[in-house]
Amino acid sequence: MQQIINFIIRNKTFLLFLLLFSLSIVFTIQSHSYHKSKFINSANFLTGGVYNSINNLSEYFSLKSQNEILVEENNRLKSILYNSKNEKDNVLIDSTTYDAKYNVTTASIIKNSYSLTDNVLLINKGRNDSIKQDFGVVSSKGLIGITSETNNNYANVISILNTTSNISAQLKKTNHFGSLTWNGDSPEIVQLTDVEKIAPIVEGDTIITSGRSSIFPKGIPIGIVDNFKLDEAENYYEINVKLFNDMTNLEHVHIIKNNDIEEITNLLNSTNE
Amino acid sequence: MNKELSSNIVRFFVLILIQVLIGNHINFLGYVNPYIYILFVTLFPVKNNRALFLFLSFLLGLTIDLFTDSGGVHAASCVFIAYVRPVILKFSFGMQYEHQTMRFNAVEFGSKLTYIALITLIHHLILFYLEIFSISKIILILQKTLFSGIFTILLCVLITIIFSRNTK
Repeated sequence: MQQIINFIIRNKTFLLFLLLFSLSIVFTIQSHSYHKSKFINSANFLTGGVYNSINNLSEYFSLKSQNEILVEENNRLKSILYNSKNEKDNVLIDSTTYDAKYNVTTASIIKNSYSLTDNVLLINKGRNDSIKQDFGVVSSKGLIGITSETNNNYANVISILNTTSNISAQLKKTNHFGSLTWNGDSPEIVQLTDVEKIAPIVEGDTIITSGRSSIFPKGIPIGIVDNFKLDEAENYYEINVKLFNDMTNLEHVHIIKNNDIEEITNLLNSTNE
Repeated sequence: MNKELSSNIVRFFVLILIQVLIGNHINFLGYVNPYIYILFVTLFPVKNNRALFLFLSFLLGLTIDLFTDSGGVHAASCVFIAYVRPVILKFSFGMQYEHQTMRFNAVEFGSKLTYIALITLIHHLILFYLEIFSISKIILILQKTLFSGIFTILLCVLITIIFSRNTK
């Protein structure tokens, strides 16, 4: 017993080093598995507050470019509205009474990140705005990510520029689908893998969300096919997709809540059992 | 002693703020960021309580991790450089360090550069290895280590020169 205590006292620095080092390795490993970064995340009072107050200041510098993006979106929506053929007279008086499948909330990104291999964003809406885990986040131009950890006023978003991100996506012209991942290289290019060899892909095809994951509705634009090749087994395509979104310049985003998600997960669980 | 204590406390918080508000958003050439918060570890007094020093380094890295959502990569690399610092000090300053007489403000420029460069490169190698977490991307790890390392070393040397006016 004396020997053990002596050993601990003699090597206390080394033991402390080992303890702290292994603790940080545990945090690291947790952060590399999806939805496991419970302790160390920026959706808390302190870091969220710091980022929010800085963002209040710095958002003025990007006002012009953000306005242009919003005008562009208005333009696109108006052109859809004016060109729509079926005119309806029975306009709903209040959209909140309507039993909608998807609810949309707006939010601002107060911490953007795109240079790491596992990028996590921070938005200024949280549990108080009824934002929960696994809600989709999109911008006016396309897909951004999925919410993960939420605090009262802030939420983390797993960006599509994250090597653990995995979102179902498909070709716009046919229904061939695959999963959208990122290899960590360029913030403009993401990878669409596991698309059947039979799919008629050409460069410049549009990629949209497939609506299979019950997080995103079908048809949210993602990007266009930059180039593609068959994988090593020559069964599936690996497609490089050039994003519509400029992930380095994000401000206003929309959070999509699927109101049927409980029903869908219950149904899936009951069929699996 | 009191002055040393207060200047270290101030340095701790100022370096964290500079790092998360400016350093992490530079993204020169897309990915090159300086990690100047390691100056806290580099400039910590030589005569110290090692357990406290290790713990403070861990806390420093963990705070940066909180802000960047990176798990524990900064904490791990900070604790590591704090642990191996005596060896590096001995290597770069030799006799001066062994006689416990050295002050960072009054050492040769060459040995100071060696010291900062060694600490920075070790820190960055562990940092990027843990961040990317895959040995098959060793080229990317080394590339990031090299470029971010050069950036960090430059800034650290500049900062130590600028803030060392009250010497002797």
